[in-house]
Amino acid sequence: MAREQVKRKKGGESAPLARGALVRGGVRVMDDPWLVIEDDAEAPDGADIVVSVARFKAEREALLARKGRLGVMVAPADAVEEIGADAQQFAVVMVQFPVFRDGRGFTSAQLLRHRYQYRGELRAVGDVLEDQLFFMLRSGFDAFEILGGDPLAVYARAARVFSFGYQPTGDGFVPVHRLRARRALERAAE
Amino acid sequence: MYRYDEFDEALVRERVAQFGGQVARRLSGELTEDQFKPLRLMNGVYLQLHAYMLRIAIPYGQLSSRQLRQLAFIARTYDKGYGHFTTRQNLQFNWPALKDVPDILDKLADVEMHCIQTSGNCIRNVTADHFAGAAADEAEDPRVWSEIIRQWSTFHPEFSYLPRKFKIAVTGASADRAAIETHDIGIRLRKDDAGALKFDIYVGGGQGRTPFLAPLIKADLDAEDLLSYLTAALRIYNRYGRRDNLFKARIKILVSALGAEEFARQTEEEWLQIRDGDLKLPDEEIARIRAYFTPPAFVELPARSEVFEKAKAENDAFARWARLNVHAHKVPGYAIATISLKPIGGVPGDATDGQMELVADLAERFSFDEVRVTHEQNLVLPHVKKDDLFTLWTLLKGLDLATPNAGLISDIIACPGLDYCDLANARSINIAQAISEKFADLDRQEKIGELKIKISGCINACGHHHVGHIGILGVDKHGEEFYQILLGGRADEHSRLAKISGKGMAGDAVPSAIERIVTRYLELRQSEQERFIDAFERVGAAPFEEALHGA
Repeated sequence: MAREQVKRKKGGESAPLARGALVRGGVRVMDDPWLVIEDDAEAPDGADIVVSVARFKAEREALLARKGRLGVMVAPADAVEEIGADAQQFAVVMVQFPVFRDGRGFTSAQLLRHRYQYRGELRAVGDVLEDQLFFMLRSGFDAFEILGGDPLAVYARAARVFSFGYQPTGDGFVPVHRLRARRALERAAE
Repeated sequence: MYRYDEFDEALVRERVAQFGGQVARRLSGELTEDQFKPLRLMNGVYLQLHAYMLRIAIPYGQLSSRQLRQLAFIARTYDKGYGHFTTRQNLQFNWPALKDVPDILDKLADVEMHCIQTSGNCIRNVTADHFAGAAADEAEDPRVWSEIIRQWSTFHPEFSYLPRKFKIAVTGASADRAAIETHDIGIRLRKDDAGALKFDIYVGGGQGRTPFLAPLIKADLDAEDLLSYLTAALRIYNRYGRRDNLFKARIKILVSALGAEEFARQTEEEWLQIRDGDLKLPDEEIARIRAYFTPPAFVELPARSEVFEKAKAENDAFARWARLNVHAHKVPGYAIATISLKPIGGVPGDATDGQMELVADLAERFSFDEVRVTHEQNLVLPHVKKDDLFTLWTLLKGLDLATPNAGLISDIIACPGLDYCDLANARSINIAQAISEKFADLDRQEKIGELKIKISGCINACGHHHVGHIGILGVDKHGEEFYQILLGGRADEHSRLAKISGKGMAGDAVPSAIERIVTRYLELRQSEQERFIDAFERVGAAPFEEALHGA
């Protein structure tokens, strides 16, 4: 029953997802161990697999019990609340950007990192463009499947496009208002 | 006014460098027009009917004379010597060459300006009451909060690819001059009985093809919670706003589909999870921003200016301008002056480089270096001594900037329409010009009194036709320009949507149709004090529809 729903949802949503070259933590990764499996495909024993949110919900116990690491694929319309309690069980979470215009994945990333304290690999897949990559970094992504161009060059350009950020997103950037307070203290101390 | 610090400056310069690289990649052919489109749109560059158009952000409509002079320089150097002030308090240049855009952005950055988020499906330039800091009816200066919102929304990682564009307006006065209920989010600042600052948040207003006035979603929000609450509302929208249909993607459709109560409940639930986090505004940061908006050094003056009174008594034309274009200031002896960009027969909102430079000079000389842009496409000098008004008027007259028509029938809002815009179905500017000329007689205009005509050249409603006392909507009817008349809208603190009245008409029939409505109004009004909109609300649409279309 649950499978049927998954299929319809997938069929209605988008064409097959484009897969780009993997850059993780600023390093090009050639041997990506993760196997993304369709909802109706068998999960190969011992392999590191990535399943949809719907399949995870439907087969949670079996998937957690099997050998091999587990990851989950979050589509734009998926509610990350549904996997939040299990976030620590995943070794990778892939968040889909089927088209660049669809920005729901930015919110999914923020919720995973902050509300559910997910600390593992958070990978952006799909229409991952140079010009969005900075926002993805700020939203908590640390891995990217980059389409087109020299992936490391694209990453390097995108990662340093801005030196500051106004918003506290927990990405390591100290928000500008805190930097201001810090500078004010330094000036007062001089 | 706000001044950039090292952080603001660095971000704007980095954006210029980024866009310069993108333009170079486009010009070299590395990027196709399709790939370039979303990038240029994030930076205010549109491809219009004849050329690229560049939209420059004027945060909450505030300019210094230095900034306005730079805009004049850009108009003269890179455009055809004029610019167009828009209903979102921005400025558009209609003829820049793409290769010049990075240079223009550099010139803008030199005066702390940019084109960031003036297009695209992101949080757009925030707008505010153009009388901010000057109006007699103000409880709190909306610019402080507009600037805080500007910073929070700039390059927002989570909210730069929303289902659709997102517009925020702020007012701190009892009269609503920012039309907050027609925005995605409207914010009203007020003081409660104990004198504490509270925010009322309206969500889900908008015009376009399906107009809505925003319902009140959250009352009495504390100032420190502003950004966490906005984040919660935007997050609900980013997740659940429709993305399958461009015309149903604005937040107004989500709020309407869920119902205001349910949208408020979901937002509240999200907000309670984040309100005590990093988004809570520290008092020091509020104080730091507030300090930029401390009132200028007003001098102590008597409320009555003998110079002003004498000039009015001696010069009827000046007296008329003073009656119509001068407004009450909160400080005795000062006044707010509206500089009309609606000369009879002119293009609403257009200003030449020479006019911009003159206004810059006058702002420096008479108004503590401050200029405002209004959403009604005029300029404002917010802090003028009454003693100086006559000299100001004399100088404005020299460049056709002293038309005494603020709020009158020739003070028309019009979108650029089919003369420029790629989306338009019909021209707007020529209709505005024809109406303005038909009612050129200033005595008659003043006798008619306040009457707000708003014209859009297509259903997207950039000309605010849904909230015009008389709205005019241009449509395409079998390849011909056709115009529908709407009646009874308003965008103030008693906002209401106008209703379409009967069949449309050809453009050359519009001025006499307006004439018939006005004649009917003059016949039925109970006194000269009863404005058109008051009379409309008293008698309803029927008498006007009869005048318009016959019994």
